[in-house]
Amino acid sequence: MDQLKTLALVGGVLLLLAAATTVVHVLRRRVDGALNTAILDTLAHRMRAWWLLWTVLAAAFFIGATATVTLFGLISFWALREFITLTPTRPGDHRALFWVFVLCTPLQFVLVGMGRYDLYSVLIPVYAFLLIPARIAFSGDSKRFLERTAKIQSGLLVCVYCFSYAPALLNLPGSPGEYSGNARLLFFFVLMVQLSDALQYAWAQIPSKHVIVPMVNPTRTWEGLLGGAASVTLLGAILSWATPFPPLLAGVMSLVIALMGFGGAMTMSAIKRDRGVKDYGTLVEGHGGVLDRIDSICFAAPVFYHLTRMWVEHLNKTAG
Amino acid sequence: MAATGREWVSRRLEGVATGMVWVDRLDAMGSGNGLADYGLAKLREANITGTILALIARFLSGSSVRWLDCQPDACQRVYFANHTSHLDAIVLWSALPAAIRALTRPVAAKDYWDAGRVRRYMANKVFNALLIDRTEIKVHQSPVDLMIQAIGDKYSLIVFPEGGRSSGNEIGEFKSGLYYLCKKRPDLELIPVHIDNMNRILPRGEVLPVPLLSCITFGPPMWLERGEPKTDFLRRAREAVRRLKEV
Repeated sequence: MDQLKTLALVGGVLLLLAAATTVVHVLRRRVDGALNTAILDTLAHRMRAWWLLWTVLAAAFFIGATATVTLFGLISFWALREFITLTPTRPGDHRALFWVFVLCTPLQFVLVGMGRYDLYSVLIPVYAFLLIPARIAFSGDSKRFLERTAKIQSGLLVCVYCFSYAPALLNLPGSPGEYSGNARLLFFFVLMVQLSDALQYAWAQIPSKHVIVPMVNPTRTWEGLLGGAASVTLLGAILSWATPFPPLLAGVMSLVIALMGFGGAMTMSAIKRDRGVKDYGTLVEGHGGVLDRIDSICFAAPVFYHLTRMWVEHLNKTAG
Repeated sequence: MAATGREWVSRRLEGVATGMVWVDRLDAMGSGNGLADYGLAKLREANITGTILALIARFLSGSSVRWLDCQPDACQRVYFANHTSHLDAIVLWSALPAAIRALTRPVAAKDYWDAGRVRRYMANKVFNALLIDRTEIKVHQSPVDLMIQAIGDKYSLIVFPEGGRSSGNEIGEFKSGLYYLCKKRPDLELIPVHIDNMNRILPRGEVLPVPLLSCITFGPPMWLERGEPKTDFLRRAREAVRRLKEV
């Protein structure tokens, strides 16, 4: 039964994607000029990105927990590279950065893979937080010291710490040995984040536009946010069979995911705006910006993890 | 992400394939035409090591490669670039397609690349580097003569005309070697190359690299104009590299 649900969720997503790809291809074949080719091209490009994301994710799930955590670790590593590349650092930060990339990032995911919540929940906010300024102070360059430390700490917190709470769902306590159920929950989470991004984009296309913060992101509108959040809430409630939540709670969880995802996208937009680039991929042409794809996951993951953990503990208490 | 990822993989595979074709072509030529002393087996080994090393270098430096108004070509060229890191030569060399790579020799400092077995192996067997002794320059065998000798009518060169590594913010003045090289071989195509961000990946005085993302830009070919004064030419060449930073 458990396996069947997982298959249904993963298979459903892949089928939906196949259907959408077919529609886009058929529409592109029709060259009667009535359709906007630019939007179709964007869609086709998005489809390819989703195919890559979902097939790799599905494959990692079926191989096992280690493969999934490793995959998330690599994505996180790449996102951090993009973040630090676009953040001005000084030569005095070099050795601190070395430890950030070579020690902190892999170790966080190793601890997540081992399910050591007691360690991975403090590794970066406490130990890396202390290590980074100490190492930079040791280098002897005190110019704009606090600003430099804060930038590196923020990058590590967003790209590595927050993001690692997504694969941490695989080791939720209270459900030992239930890899299939936890993997399905992670799949559900990523699906909801992606759907919320896509639906907010779709809803933002309706004509009367009320842009929320034009100075930060001119494409995010109130129509997009409200419409997107409402549809994701509904979809979450419908998909509640794949989660440990009752329908109403699954809807609320999806709403939280949508709102946090929105917050993540806005935050990253503000940073990009400040650095004067459109996406994190622009500096590194051809790599498309991994951070642009995962910003919503980074913000939604820790909140979703903690809420789910509370719910699972509540279930265990009432059951026991 | 997907499209570019896929393109990247196919480009890589293509690169590996052309590398293999190149080795096969050498096989077909047989051992009787000057390559015998180098040894085909050695060349094959170097080519495979080179391909693997190029892949590692590309991954570690996360480099994206752009060709602006310029295409990869097997004609004799001099790639000249800004120099901020020990990794520059490897990264630039790795950015070239495999078939071109086999024909391109980086010019590097002997004091660095001749120290230690690994470096020496890489410089001699993998990059086929032309090592220049910076400490002891002979009057009768100037670096420019060595370069002209080394390229014959077949190889291309990678040079760093600043003569040493700069801090990375400003491109230093170019040494005159590039001018004298072009004066003796005006037929060589000069390709300006800008290497961005390598000074943050492995700056001067550091041993351990930080895996940030870098960007390599190849610019439009240029030549030494007839009668062009040395300082004008060097300034023009430096400006050609600097301009690539802004596109």
